Amino acid sequence: MGLAKRIIPCLDVAEGRVVKGINFVNLRDAGDPVEVARRYDEQGADELAFLDIRASIETRGLLYHMIEAVADQVFIPLTVGGGVNSVDDIRALLNAGADKVSINTAGVRHPGLFEEAAGRYGSQCIVAAIDAKQSAPEAWEVYTHGGRTPTGMDAIEWAREVVARGAGEILLTSMDRDGARTGFDLELTRAIVEAVEVPVIASGGVGSLQDLVDGILEGGADAVLAASIFHYGEFTIGQAKAALAAAGIEIRD
Amino acid sequence: MPAIAVVDYGMGNLRSVAKALAHVAPDEHIVVTADPRVIRAADRVVLPGQSAMPDCMRCLDASGLADVVQEAAATRPFLGICLGLQMLFQSSEEGPTPGLGVLPGRVVRFRDAAMQLPSGVRLKVPHMGWSPVRQARPHPLWAGIADGTRFYFAHSYHPVPKDRAVIAGTADYPTAFTCAIARANIFATQFHPEKSHRAGLRLLANFVAWNGCD
Repeated sequence: MGLAKRIIPCLDVAEGRVVKGINFVNLRDAGDPVEVARRYDEQGADELAFLDIRASIETRGLLYHMIEAVADQVFIPLTVGGGVNSVDDIRALLNAGADKVSINTAGVRHPGLFEEAAGRYGSQCIVAAIDAKQSAPEAWEVYTHGGRTPTGMDAIEWAREVVARGAGEILLTSMDRDGARTGFDLELTRAIVEAVEVPVIASGGVGSLQDLVDGILEGGADAVLAASIFHYGEFTIGQAKAALAAAGIEIRD
Repeated sequence: MPAIAVVDYGMGNLRSVAKALAHVAPDEHIVVTADPRVIRAADRVVLPGQSAMPDCMRCLDASGLADVVQEAAATRPFLGICLGLQMLFQSSEEGPTPGLGVLPGRVVRFRDAAMQLPSGVRLKVPHMGWSPVRQARPHPLWAGIADGTRFYFAHSYHPVPKDRAVIAGTADYPTAFTCAIARANIFATQFHPEKSHRAGLRLLANFVAWNGCD
């Protein structure tokens, strides 16, 4: 037995509340992050990801309070991202109870942020979030600002660079597949997994349990992240794990 | 005076450790503190840590808490977590700053060459996620936790104790490495009990109930 592949539900948050249709049966308040986190924790999630989709300075304090509230009740790793601009932001999130912080747009604008952050807090808590879109056969371009801004940068090159600068994990999202529910971009996932020696979390496009299996077996991902298939009560984490186990993938029971 | 002191020497997130302890021991007085008097007076001491061992040691030295931590490790139920385990050893490949030297041995990095499996799969460093922990011997802190239970890891370095008798647990990545150590009143883990769900909380509850005897 070795290291288990991880299943990570991702929650979009704004103003300290979960947004985008969380739809569990018997949830008193579908927007309460603590209640949602607890539900996923009970189902056996290996980790939770929170993405602050507004990330405005005015509402940042609400995010910190939210992370504190979740971290006080849920004892599995928490990754938080969205609007992380500086080492001060990272410190505030870690102090609130985040275990890992993901850096996206600010890292492209100022790549030294990775070195600074990893130097201060260790690579194990610095995640590079890469949003990539296919630009040619076997080539993908990095996008920032939630997938709106092309950068002209090659995703594979950028993945190598962020790891050299100290990122301890990559959260890879295919902009082509995000929301499409047609499965991960397996070619992209495989290309990044083979390019770097740190763990890669595949994200974007999950529409079925088989997509999770494919992300691991064909894409080579170390962890798979999904939102909608869990949020709408379509599948539980337990069902996802059973599907992985049936495919011969090692999971945490 | 507090029953449990979580040593705050300025490195990272101590909140999770304190909250997980409070969760399993709601009636205990738990403080996150940098005050040597409070640490000296505590019944139990927890030394957490993340980031790099040289940085942690520098912060611990700068905070003036190295002596009081060594004293606690010699006298009372003591729990080291992650870097809090690594700092108990003499040295680390991560940098030249010596450790506390409470335990003979050193801390080494996972060897890149060893990460390539015969199957063609290459294991990633950091070792991040849930790995099964083999209990090398019975210990009060393993009470109620099945041998082979998975705990959460996030690290690139691991200890190599000189005295193999202190090994309380091992994990495979891909070969066996020491991930838990125990000697007298000291127990320390490379994994994060405060992030390891039910098994982790059980280990912390066992620590809170432990009399410090091996």
